[in-house]
Amino acid sequence: MIPLTFPFTEAQVRALKVGDEVSISGIVFTGRDAVHKYLHEGGALPPGVSLRDGIIYHCGPVMMKQPDGTYKCTAAGPTTSIREEPYQWQIIRDFGVRGVIGKGGMGDKTLAACKEHGCVYLHAIGGAAQVLAECVKQVRNVYFAEEFGSPEAIWELEIENFPAVVTIDAHGHSLHKEVLAASQAALAERL
Amino acid sequence: MNALKDSLVELIRRTSAEIPDDVNRALVTALENEKKGTIAASALKIIEQNIELAKRKSQPICQDTGSVIFYVDCPVGFDQIACEEAAREAVKAATKIGYLRQNSVDSLTGKNDGTNLGPGAPVVHCHQHRSSEISVRLMLKGGGCENVGAQYSLPAEKLHANRDLDGCRKVILDAVLQAQGKGCGPGILGVCIGGDRATGYEYSKQQFLRMLDDRNANPELDALEQDILKTANELGIGPMGFGGKTTLLGVKICAANRVPASFFVSISYMCWAFRRQGVTLGAEGEIEKWLY
Repeated sequence: MIPLTFPFTEAQVRALKVGDEVSISGIVFTGRDAVHKYLHEGGALPPGVSLRDGIIYHCGPVMMKQPDGTYKCTAAGPTTSIREEPYQWQIIRDFGVRGVIGKGGMGDKTLAACKEHGCVYLHAIGGAAQVLAECVKQVRNVYFAEEFGSPEAIWELEIENFPAVVTIDAHGHSLHKEVLAASQAALAERL
Repeated sequence: MNALKDSLVELIRRTSAEIPDDVNRALVTALENEKKGTIAASALKIIEQNIELAKRKSQPICQDTGSVIFYVDCPVGFDQIACEEAAREAVKAATKIGYLRQNSVDSLTGKNDGTNLGPGAPVVHCHQHRSSEISVRLMLKGGGCENVGAQYSLPAEKLHANRDLDGCRKVILDAVLQAQGKGCGPGILGVCIGGDRATGYEYSKQQFLRMLDDRNANPELDALEQDILKTANELGIGPMGFGGKTTLLGVKICAANRVPASFFVSISYMCWAFRRQGVTLGAEGEIEKWLY
């Protein structure tokens, strides 16, 4: 496991390659369908949210409001990233994102943006909501909860030793492309 | 009616937090089969830890607690309206406790009122039978795996799939290829050959109510199930699409009559976080036994 600690520098990110298992610690912001569409359409990040040298996490967690007004994260696995493919490249470019955590992989536009701007795609284990919620040490804030609803809101999380695998690196390599090509060839032999 | 509601809340809790034994056994075997030290094996190890943790904490296995789908088998004279009402109340209560995420969105306004109730949410299928038994099965089907489901209309020229079992095989394997890791594999396929566009998908989902290790009573469908499972696991897609030996944990196929003009093959994909449970209920609505 390679430790990856906030703030995530370009050098740190460029040193990673496809297949590396990483352990992420620091501040991350969740953002999924509604947030990506909003930013793509020219929306501004709310005050207090910065993605520069940061990580955006494709996640719609289960959050329980505590009597003191804080939130406890009780489930927090990744959601399918490919839905953000039309928008992600632009958000990487415009907001200085160094890492995208999600699942299922992303396409050529994101791959190109990762290479050009120095960003990686970090594949978390889909469905592993409890293991990953244990890595959330604190829910620091929430933005757009009213507008987008709880799963679609921007949650500011402090995570520790969050496990993920680099499946798109900053050198133009994608595990998803490799596995797709190999499985396509394997299937062709079996039809 | 309160006993029924309480039973349904407990059914939701257990479905959301505990993987059924048949699925757990298949995942354990999958982990044994993957090569040590690979990222596929790491993924399955985390999945195992997650299953244990969710059960211990009574918290959702996956944060996407999915579409809430009840299947009720009931005797003649059973009050289905009251049952649906109890199901809605149970869903609302289970959401408050956190067994379910606030997961239901108004498709026109985008509003999520946090209750998980609305048009089509939850889904309750009631089916009368001659037996006096009341059983309720529940499936929580996440959006990631629902999104990789597919419906093919045969002939499908690009895939050289004609209107026969070989054509069915080709499109089912194409669905596996297209899904890659996006549906949180290793997955389980539910397939319906025939039907119309609505019933095809409906029956394909109902295949998930079968035990994972059962065998199809129809020899032709049984052979097709085994063949798809074996072939899919030779494709090297693997857990999460990381590459590896386990792409699917199971394949379940049924057939329904079609009209001469249509030949649909409908494929539902279930993620490894296969959340389904069931109970039989006593006359007062109390849980008698668990079905999976």
